[in-house]
Amino acid sequence: MSGVNRVLFDAPGPRARRRIAVASVVSVLVMAGVVVLGLVQFGRNGQLVAAKWTYFTQAPILRFLLSGIGTTGEVAAVCAVLALPLGAVLALGRMSDSRVLTAVCVVFIEFFRSVPLLMVIYIFLLAVPKSGYTFPVFWQLVIPIVLCSGAVLAEVFRAGVMALDSGQSEAAYALGMKRRQVMWIVVFPQAIRLVVPTLVSQLVSLLKDSTLGYAVSVAELLNQAKDLSSYTHYFIQSYTVVAVVYILVNAAISQFAHALERRARRKPRAGGVVPDPDGTRPATELDSETLRVA
Amino acid sequence: MSEILKHIGVLVGGLGVTVELSLLGFVGAAVLGIALTIMRVSPVTPLRAFGTLYVEVFRNIPLLVFLFLFVFGLPDAGISFPLFTSEAICLAMYFAAFACEAMRGGINAVPVGQAEAARALGMTFTQSLRLIILPQAFRTMVQPLANVLIGIVLGSSLGAAVGVSELTGRVQILELQYDEPLPTVGLAALGYVVITLTIALVAGRVQKRMAVRR
Repeated sequence: MSGVNRVLFDAPGPRARRRIAVASVVSVLVMAGVVVLGLVQFGRNGQLVAAKWTYFTQAPILRFLLSGIGTTGEVAAVCAVLALPLGAVLALGRMSDSRVLTAVCVVFIEFFRSVPLLMVIYIFLLAVPKSGYTFPVFWQLVIPIVLCSGAVLAEVFRAGVMALDSGQSEAAYALGMKRRQVMWIVVFPQAIRLVVPTLVSQLVSLLKDSTLGYAVSVAELLNQAKDLSSYTHYFIQSYTVVAVVYILVNAAISQFAHALERRARRKPRAGGVVPDPDGTRPATELDSETLRVA
Repeated sequence: MSEILKHIGVLVGGLGVTVELSLLGFVGAAVLGIALTIMRVSPVTPLRAFGTLYVEVFRNIPLLVFLFLFVFGLPDAGISFPLFTSEAICLAMYFAAFACEAMRGGINAVPVGQAEAARALGMTFTQSLRLIILPQAFRTMVQPLANVLIGIVLGSSLGAAVGVSELTGRVQILELQYDEPLPTVGLAALGYVVITLTIALVAGRVQKRMAVRR
């Protein structure tokens, strides 16, 4: 929704338009004032010196940061490749006929959804080695992320199955298919298609999770910035640079997910969510924004 | 055994810090989120633009990066707070973006006809907001806002990375000091599971109570 919210307001008349114009000018002035105050505060403490910022355009520094971006991408990619099947298996297990299997999957999913990732990482970093086997640092980061986001993805897949029109499975049963066939041949493939936008936006979560690599010293982007800043003492500058990189990459991924969502809404496929002419579909669990936040 | 009993005290203290951080963070995020929501649905273009920019930035920056910037970066610019306060501010600012999206989603889910009908009946703007829009919007906000709160609880664990000694931080310290990882980790995990399941349960109850019976 880019335009003015149509739920709350009528089209403004002449007096309302004048008030809006005044409010616009005042708010621009206030925002500009805050920005200027911030810049003055930074300038007074010598944080705006050009050298501190142009430092990051030097080739070796760029190469150092780029290697961090590479590792971050690698971590996120490996996690995505492993977490997707794990999530699918957990979702299918949770919805299976077997009570035992369902219970196991519920416990797994709920546990890893409600325990912070950092603690799981500490388990693999500090507790697991005491049992005699130490994973390489890369896997000390990847395994916890896969476990936690696998649990989240399982719920995404399940939400997709729930959102599918029940006529699909009813028709399949009517054709004489068995429960397992209904799930594998009819329901699950369509559910996957429904949740593709959500899956894409989960990539943002993976990229954010990869920043916890600092805890196990995986040389991902944030860790590189940390090393750089402890060497140069350009704390604000290093972290700002990597923050901008993360924001741009993640914003691009979110935009892509939104585009997929819009396309899916425009061309509803068989069994999809009923299209809403107003575009005011109530927030469902499927919406990428409401599903999981951190 | 006595070691474990001693740990329980430390861990319960950590749980207290986690709960405190989460509540402070949630209240802050809710207040900021309301302000951002008002900006994003207002007819004033600069305010709308600011709201959108804020939400886009904070939804896409990793919490840990923001925390590092705030805790390690800002003191260089002469802005510094105690660690606990810093983390509470960070959690509030970060999750305000998600709270805003949850609230805006709720308002947008109210069909346009409802507001139009309210205006047609001659209600003023505040009347239609208070009597028609917000009660319906709140219904669809409960679950997303509960997710935000759960996100804050889990996010507060990153305090361990900047030296706030909450539950996860204390688990790390105990694991390093003593050789009994299992009970420590088990107890701490139990703490988190209890908190998040309680939030989910309460949210479910509230939602059920507010559901429209037709």
